[in-house]
Amino acid sequence: MERKIRVLIAKPGLDGHDRGAKIVARALRDAGMEVVYTGLHQTADMIVKTAVQEDVDVIGLSLLSGAHMTLFMDVTRLLKGKDMEDVLVVGGGVIPEEDIPKLKKAGIAGVFGPGTRIEDIVEFVRKNVKR
Amino acid sequence: MYEKRELNKIRDKRVDWEENCYSNMAKECPERKNKFENLSATKIKNVYTPEDIAHLDYIKDMGFPGGYPFLRGVYSTMYRGRLWTMRQFAGFGSAEETNQRYKYLLEHGETGLSVAFDYPTLYGYDTDNPLARGEFGKCGVAISSLQDMEILFSDIPIDKVTTSMTINGPAAIVWGFYIANAENRGISKNAIGGTIQNDILKEYIAQKSFIFPPEPSMRLIVDTFEYGFKQVPRWNTISISGYHIREAGSTAIQELAFTLGDGLEYVKSAMERGLLIDEFAPRLSFFFNAHSDFFEEIAKYRAARRIWAKELKKLGAKKDRSLLMRFHTQTAGCSLTAQQPEINIVRVTMQALAAVLGGTQSLHTNSMDEALALPSEKAARIALRTQQIIAEESGVTDTIDPLGGSYYIEWLTDKIEEETYKYFDKVKRFGGVIPAIENGFFQREIAESAYKYQKEIDKKERTIVGVNQYKMDEELSIPILEMDEKGEHRQINRLKKLRKDRNQSKFDRNLKRLRKAAEGDENLMPYILDCVHSYATLGETCDVLREVFGEYKEPAIY
Repeated sequence: MERKIRVLIAKPGLDGHDRGAKIVARALRDAGMEVVYTGLHQTADMIVKTAVQEDVDVIGLSLLSGAHMTLFMDVTRLLKGKDMEDVLVVGGGVIPEEDIPKLKKAGIAGVFGPGTRIEDIVEFVRKNVKR
Repeated sequence: MYEKRELNKIRDKRVDWEENCYSNMAKECPERKNKFENLSATKIKNVYTPEDIAHLDYIKDMGFPGGYPFLRGVYSTMYRGRLWTMRQFAGFGSAEETNQRYKYLLEHGETGLSVAFDYPTLYGYDTDNPLARGEFGKCGVAISSLQDMEILFSDIPIDKVTTSMTINGPAAIVWGFYIANAENRGISKNAIGGTIQNDILKEYIAQKSFIFPPEPSMRLIVDTFEYGFKQVPRWNTISISGYHIREAGSTAIQELAFTLGDGLEYVKSAMERGLLIDEFAPRLSFFFNAHSDFFEEIAKYRAARRIWAKELKKLGAKKDRSLLMRFHTQTAGCSLTAQQPEINIVRVTMQALAAVLGGTQSLHTNSMDEALALPSEKAARIALRTQQIIAEESGVTDTIDPLGGSYYIEWLTDKIEEETYKYFDKVKRFGGVIPAIENGFFQREIAESAYKYQKEIDKKERTIVGVNQYKMDEELSIPILEMDEKGEHRQINRLKKLRKDRNQSKFDRNLKRLRKAAEGDENLMPYILDCVHSYATLGETCDVLREVFGEYKEPAIY
């Protein structure tokens, strides 16, 4: 028997669009993972603190306001030096194609835009989790 | 609407048709789907007949446009007299950039303005607040003070064009910016017209840009109602919104039921304050979504008008102006696909057509690129042209409520009304809208519908062209809007200068007076306007209210 994958679904910044975050949280839970949802209006600092506290394997960031380049990267930057380098970070939202390579370079392993099948996210997490 | 004998004949014929025609044919050529259901999971029959609307009394239940129960439209002439207002929601970056976009849209035939604010503004923070990090101008324009509002509307005739502002938590203050700007330009408060969204209940339910807890928020809203009908008579002091409830994943029925429930809650709050219903109710307006199920959407708007008229009458409204529901519509942002974005033009056209056939008073059509980024100039222009084609070329505006009397539409309108009342009863059992919010009732209902919808798409029970069917590999060739990178810097410098240059003692005095009034129970609008005129920023003014009222924190439910 394997232990459950632990996931933190987080909403950084002021964005209130939480439909996607909630659907993904529920889908991962239904797929047998342990899911913590931060709720809205989290700073990068709060997200990383929760991730450490909850000892998660995966962080899923959701943002539809367009502030992903700043806020997603704040999270990956803060993760360094916290014994969290191997946590899998993924992100989703309204994210222009041209931003995706930059986000990947900054440590966001997977970027999921509108129209993504939830099963694809579940599968990606299962395949790429490292902790 | 039919005589009994006639109805019996129709029923016999229909039964015969079901048994001898439809079933036989369906044996040879089976139905395409196991079940035919619309987006609210209402079962749709194979055909509708006079039997389905036999209970309707034409005069009582339908009537004529411009008269009770307003099912067929709020004005007697509707689009034969005046078309709906073409009002495109727009805003990005700095006030200067958005001012340019407004002028562009007006030059291309737009007839009303609609301001999208960025997240810091929606939450009552100035651009230089640390919590605003990364958000400047991203999904709307940043407005931190009266000065920004002056720039936003410079060279725009605000005595002629009406403006809608999507602002809720800090609505009273941002409205203050608009009023003060008019006053400073020598334009009377009687001459300006527009709308503030100012609907906090749906913020707790769905859109989530709240600041204060429910009680002081409701007080601020009733303050704007009172100030509005006394001082700014052409202003709609609220736009009770289902749009965001729908975008968050609700069904059409939930959208309607929750929105009307919110509306009735505002009416009751204002009446508890002692305001007279026939004084404030004429300035209430609504805002609905236009999603993809064509007929369900049309029926939704028609049902909305009839239910509102009935309920306001029950609450004692006498004037027609109080009973009639005027509403704005926006096509469904959540229905747009990032895949094959050009086909969104077709979705938007169908949705906009539903809004027009449903009798909307104003309309925003989404741009094809909105699942990717903020709309580019070209995409925004095509969206506006879509409305112009419906208005000028399609002929649907030549007669009023052209689908009225359709067996299906009337049946569906009734069905939606019936289901809406069921939700009213559920909310009543919680003790009203606010206790139901605190319980998480609406949030759970919406999350449930959103999850169900997503699963249906994933399982291909519901087709989304380009997403789960008819897919293709494509190189995206949509130009994405580029913003002026110096905008944020410019805005922060402007704020610094404003704080240095203003009359400090006047500023201190006005904020102090606002604090004292907030601790008491006077109408806060005059105090807010004094703060605005002394160039207190949005953040500074909200901070005073945050200190007095506290802040709302929501339970994280999924």
